[in-house]
Amino acid sequence: MSDAPPAHSGEGGNPTRAGERKSAPPLSRGRAELRVLLPNTPMQGRRERALRIALPIIVLAIGLLLWEAVVRVSNVPPYVLPGPGRILQTLVADWSLLGRSLLVTLVTTLEGFLLAAVGGVGLAVLFNQSRLVEYSLYPYAVILQVTPVVAIAPLLLIYLPQQAAVLACAWIVAFFPVLANTTLGLNSVDRNLSDLFSLYGASRGQKLWRLKLPSALPYILGGLRIAGGLSLIGAVVAEIAAGSAGAGSGLAYRIAESGYRLNIPRMFAALLLLSVAGVVIFYVLSLINYLALRRWHESALGADR
Amino acid sequence: MSLPDTTALAAPLVALRGVGKIFAGGTRALAGLDLDIRPGEFVSLLGPSGCGKSTALRIIAGLSEPSEGAVAWPSAAGRGDKSRLGFVFQEPTLMPWASVFNNVKLPLDLQHVPAATVADRVDAALDRVGLTEFHHAFPRELSGGMRMRASIARALVTEPQLLLMDEPFAALDEITRFRLNDDLLQMWRSLRTTIVFVTHSVFESVYLSSRIVVMAARPGRAFTELTFDPPSGRDQEYRTSAVYAENCRRTSQALAHAMAAGGEP
Repeated sequence: MSDAPPAHSGEGGNPTRAGERKSAPPLSRGRAELRVLLPNTPMQGRRERALRIALPIIVLAIGLLLWEAVVRVSNVPPYVLPGPGRILQTLVADWSLLGRSLLVTLVTTLEGFLLAAVGGVGLAVLFNQSRLVEYSLYPYAVILQVTPVVAIAPLLLIYLPQQAAVLACAWIVAFFPVLANTTLGLNSVDRNLSDLFSLYGASRGQKLWRLKLPSALPYILGGLRIAGGLSLIGAVVAEIAAGSAGAGSGLAYRIAESGYRLNIPRMFAALLLLSVAGVVIFYVLSLINYLALRRWHESALGADR
Repeated sequence: MSLPDTTALAAPLVALRGVGKIFAGGTRALAGLDLDIRPGEFVSLLGPSGCGKSTALRIIAGLSEPSEGAVAWPSAAGRGDKSRLGFVFQEPTLMPWASVFNNVKLPLDLQHVPAATVADRVDAALDRVGLTEFHHAFPRELSGGMRMRASIARALVTEPQLLLMDEPFAALDEITRFRLNDDLLQMWRSLRTTIVFVTHSVFESVYLSSRIVVMAARPGRAFTELTFDPPSGRDQEYRTSAVYAENCRRTSQALAHAMAAGGEP
């Protein structure tokens, strides 16, 4: 274990260095490519970040300008395809209506998400604690997941009050990723740590609370990140299924209603709000994920070591 | 090959009698292992991989039940008193989500030790391994050697009668390993605890142990024993002395015999 062998392998065993001497041009190009992938100075890191923000915005701006230009130049009527300007106008003009609908959909989504989080984690813990319960119920969780929610929604709307049916749809779509991920996490406990807990006579509760749940946390958060988007989808699907028959006034209901009335600008405006809501949900959950894991889990650590 | 044992008269802390272990798949890991661990000893279990030395350690710890034979705790409260055991794994096995302080505190938490004394005991354990300044750090932020120190502090925080160590330094670089060897000997002397140390390094076992049990494989069993003078004067000087070299030679020979008896892997 002297210093000599590593020094030797550093000189002779490094193919890039050998290549540098023989043929400079290909290597320098390789380095430039590498620099784009892995920024290695703070300045390059900043430029990298700026590009990541600026480029999508530029693409968006170009797309919107083209869209607006096509609509104006070829005089497309707004009930066929409204331009972005018109959509924005509608969004502002109809804000009192759309804003209320947004709130309704968001509340449903949040409720569905919370139920999915509690239900998914709760079921996973239950399955983990009792094999009999797992064997009895897991197949039905899978069936619930693989049956398309669009097909279940009309039935739920018959048997449940509309608000409950919408909530049930959001829950059905969203709980499974939480359940599956949490189950995986609870089963991924370090075996030596588990032995250590046994050695010190830890109770089942202590093992669950101090070992299994913290071990599973990264998996749970990953499941929740998926569930956030899915509960929005579940809420929207149920609102659409409820359609004009329901008294609901969520964003999806607005879209369906505007469709019947050929109010295409309002359809686009509602759609825009839905997308923004989905993106915000995703980033809020990502932020929570980062804040909870940044000090210890590989997934949330920075590139610096 | 063994010299007169100075601690032979003391009642063993733990005694294994005819212990055998057959895994669920039918693999025989241990057969007829007789082993006495006496208070204050530093015993190394030395042998090739597959000789069942880790299995023996897990059986002593109660993490694995023997298929045959018995484990007796003749002195004191016995194994029922789990607080008297410490275990150090090959990996540091720290909880990555908890600070060093909370990792070391874990055994006390699990045993519902009154909160009043906990902080002092954790601080003392961290002080003993030289990690006082790092008690707020997370395991990720420490080097491999420091993580192992935290792991040792966690094993020592309950002031165990018997410390079981399963190749704790195998994954560390040599410089770190030597330092931890010295620190471990120093702790062993000052705490007067009993240590069972599993290793496959002849040099490490000779440096640390008062007694080496050489094990053979297929099936895993105790092959022979070597006893050395109490390792009180063990330091860097001993590492380069003729006595050490001679002890290593004897141990290597015993290990070679054991490996020949166990057949090629």
